[in-house]
Amino acid sequence: MTTHAIADTGVLTGRSLRHILRSPDTIITTAVTPIALMLLFVYVLGGAINTGSDESYINYLLPGILLITIASGVAYTSYRLFLDLQGGIFDRFQSMPIARSSVLWAHVLTSVVANLVSVAIVVGVALIMEFRTGASVGAWLGIAGILILFILALTWLAVVAGLSAKSVDGASAFSYPLIFLPFISSAFVPTDSMPGPVAWFAENQPVTSIVNTIRALFAGQPVGGEIWIALAWLVGILVVAYGFAIAIYRKKLS
Amino acid sequence: MSDTAISVRGIEKSFKDVHVLRGVDFDVERGSIFALLGSNGAGKTTLVRILSTLLKADAGAATVQGHDVARAPGEVRESISLTGQFAAVDEVLSGRENLVLVAKLRHVKDPVAVADELLARFSLTEAGDRRAATYSGGMRRRLDIAMSLIGKPRIIFLDEPTTGLDPQARIDVWRTVKQLAEGGTTVLLTTQYLDEAEQLADRIAILHRGTIIQNGTLAELKQLLPPAEIEYVEKQPSLEDVFLALVGETGEAESESGATGEPGDADASTRKEAR
Repeated sequence: MTTHAIADTGVLTGRSLRHILRSPDTIITTAVTPIALMLLFVYVLGGAINTGSDESYINYLLPGILLITIASGVAYTSYRLFLDLQGGIFDRFQSMPIARSSVLWAHVLTSVVANLVSVAIVVGVALIMEFRTGASVGAWLGIAGILILFILALTWLAVVAGLSAKSVDGASAFSYPLIFLPFISSAFVPTDSMPGPVAWFAENQPVTSIVNTIRALFAGQPVGGEIWIALAWLVGILVVAYGFAIAIYRKKLS
Repeated sequence: MSDTAISVRGIEKSFKDVHVLRGVDFDVERGSIFALLGSNGAGKTTLVRILSTLLKADAGAATVQGHDVARAPGEVRESISLTGQFAAVDEVLSGRENLVLVAKLRHVKDPVAVADELLARFSLTEAGDRRAATYSGGMRRRLDIAMSLIGKPRIIFLDEPTTGLDPQARIDVWRTVKQLAEGGTTVLLTTQYLDEAEQLADRIAILHRGTIIQNGTLAELKQLLPPAEIEYVEKQPSLEDVFLALVGETGEAESESGATGEPGDADASTRKEAR
């Protein structure tokens, strides 16, 4: 049965990618809010924000915007998973001789593809808004790697939400705090401009280390020790979310 | 033993405090149609979910095609197909794409040819490239059953296959089920319609409050009541007879257009005006 796992995952991923192709609005709506935020912060608020460097504000802002894009994009994974559960097609797949994990992995891989497309759209708009980077190919690969890890970690959270939700709204509501988290981090303003306890929270939550690492990679600067904190957070969230998702999935089938 | 396709012994299942199945026993003979009859909430769906490896029983054992559902679920899934209570089709995909999807997952040779053949067999060729979301209830059920036949499973579970269908679509489904059994497939179907069990089943088991209270052929079940007395009754056509005579029993025109409701509506409005 496991010999077919990869082929089955491929077939099921093709199915959900086709869903996205038939409703491309899911990718567009994912990109619209971050682009609007980017326009607002760069052209309205950005002039009043002092980031403490000579870099243009869009260069400072983009890493956080990319994380917001992903945080809102993964909500569609829990939405699609929930609809599969509701509609009975999930039961059909489960009663067929296919690897059971294929059903979840197909949704996760679809999420990676869809979110990377949304991220590419946002980066494209940022380039028009005069975002500039001196990142080498290696740095770009590093950024892509971190973003893919971030997508995987949040998507497995989305799987937990999709599997345990009681309603469509509940399935996607989990992403709201995730979208909000970058605001209380170094994504928009330096953390040292915040009052004590808020600054402490901002400095010690995962988004700040991830944002700082991506920002350093874009700027072609050394990433320092921060990348290890970022990776520890990402892998930690990924492992915990994956564990929870699989546990809930197993419980559903008993 | 080799003639038994499904064997169920002492199956129990509770959800929190609710004791849904309280020790269910029955056997289904290979190539027969077995109907589980019961009202809503009798536990029919729970039983089907256990037999199709979607749920684990709390106690008891069941084998499907000789494989224990708890210990060898993979082998069980190789030999079964489930058509659930709600048509499990992918609404975003077309009918053809749905069939190709299942054919690929069942690792069938030439999925596209299999899909085309089934579309033709279930009179869906014309609608094959439309999204399943645009299908009528009957068409959706036909697609659903067609998806279940891919890979020629030995045993098919049909959970309330005709609930919510119009009379012609029901007759279509019945015909399909009979053809399946003639081809050697074992069919276990659940239903709350007495006439459906009567029409189709070789054996009927009545599931009531979590146990099988009666199990036998239609003739055996009828003998449970005192012998028939001969009475002379004027044979009145049932409404179903009238309906089918008016619209034609073949059901060829069934599906796309929802024109049937109109004459009745017109009558109602004229009656109102007359008053």
